[in-house]
Amino acid sequence: MDWDIISESVPAIFSALPTTLGLVGSSLLIGFILAVLVALGALQKAWFINRPANLFVYIFRSSPLLIQIFLIYYGSGQFRQELTAVGLWHLFREPWFCAVLALSLNTAAYTAEIIRGGIKSVPLDLLEAGAAIGMKKSQIFRRITFPLAIRQSLPAYGNEVILMVKSSSLASTITIMDVTGVYKEIASEYFSPLEPLLIAGSIYLLINFIATQIIAYFERRLAI
Amino acid sequence: MDATILSWGDSGWGDEFFFATLMTLAVASCSFLLGLVIAIAAAAMKLSKRRSLTFFANVYTTVVRGIPELLVIYLIFYGSSALLMSIANSFFGIDDYIELPVFVMGVICIGLSSGAYSTEVIRGAVQAVPVGTIEAAKAIGMPTFSRFRRILAPQAIRFALPGLGNVWQLTLKETSLISVIGLTEIVRIAQMGAGSEKKPFLFFITGLILFLVLASLSDKGYKFLEAKAEKGVRVN
Repeated sequence: MDWDIISESVPAIFSALPTTLGLVGSSLLIGFILAVLVALGALQKAWFINRPANLFVYIFRSSPLLIQIFLIYYGSGQFRQELTAVGLWHLFREPWFCAVLALSLNTAAYTAEIIRGGIKSVPLDLLEAGAAIGMKKSQIFRRITFPLAIRQSLPAYGNEVILMVKSSSLASTITIMDVTGVYKEIASEYFSPLEPLLIAGSIYLLINFIATQIIAYFERRLAI
Repeated sequence: MDATILSWGDSGWGDEFFFATLMTLAVASCSFLLGLVIAIAAAAMKLSKRRSLTFFANVYTTVVRGIPELLVIYLIFYGSSALLMSIANSFFGIDDYIELPVFVMGVICIGLSSGAYSTEVIRGAVQAVPVGTIEAAKAIGMPTFSRFRRILAPQAIRFALPGLGNVWQLTLKETSLISVIGLTEIVRIAQMGAGSEKKPFLFFITGLILFLVLASLSDKGYKFLEAKAEKGVRVN
């Protein structure tokens, strides 16, 4: 154990914390909004809506996130001219944009599946009761289905949040200096991977611990 | 236009992708099996009455499931040589440079992670076995090993199968991470092809589709296993 390496890596790794939190936060937010839309799409009866939604979920859940990130970041280079023509190239050139896009789409697919399960678990008689007192379809969804579905989905969503915190580390493969990126730099520079691992690992465990507590708080608040 | 790039032989990447897919399957299978061995031990520790054993097993699953696999991969990549050399030096007096093959490093990393997830599945499956069946076996005087082989294991395996199916899918996807330390599996070959042929989208989408194929085949495989394990069980 080399204390010099520890004291040198603590500030470096901590300075990368905002990057990791930013990646996780923005991807979870965008991903959640997308997930609600995809889950609703997957539950539609019209095949031209539910098929694409299901295909999206299948593709993003069945392939590794790493290849999704590479496909978006490096793969977009093959369409550079087309993307420049529509004015999107300056976005796809940015590792940050590509990482957030890939992470958002990935978590959207997993979360959509969780929300779909939640929506399906809402008892039919509650919806009938809503219809019986004259609620409109949108009112039934907003005031009965959605809140109950969210409560049902929370424990599974908590696991997804933890997976996202871990997954955000893959952004380091496309040059983003998040906690893992800085860890790798220090580990290869000193050829001494254990000391910085203690710090980087603790940071991830701490983020996950706090995330679990937040989800647990919401679970308690939403419990009947 | 692009068809020849993915053809078999020296001019195309078809054969490279084929062998890369076999490599992915090999790493995934070895890691999954290593994970199962670890998981059986860790689940037994979690279910034992010894507090210290339970504690160690809990630390293992919490830490491994709580930190990114990439960190563990880099730890072993940069650290295993130094560790092995210091062991070789102090115990056997050997001073050579030792390095683990990338395949072995990959299997250790992914196996550790796969094992943490399998531990929870196996623990849950063992706990789901009705106590009455074990007691009945004890009552007719069945010895411990027979009790395990004929009563506990068949039931626990059936309960564990769906969960282990999920772990297998997870393990399959996680093998992609070993590409960062240079193992020539699907993602690595896609990266190499993308770099030399200047067609990154084509190569990464091919890699992605190969993973979809593997996932679908695995899905069929464990549906078959589940049906087999449920033979002779009343399902309502």
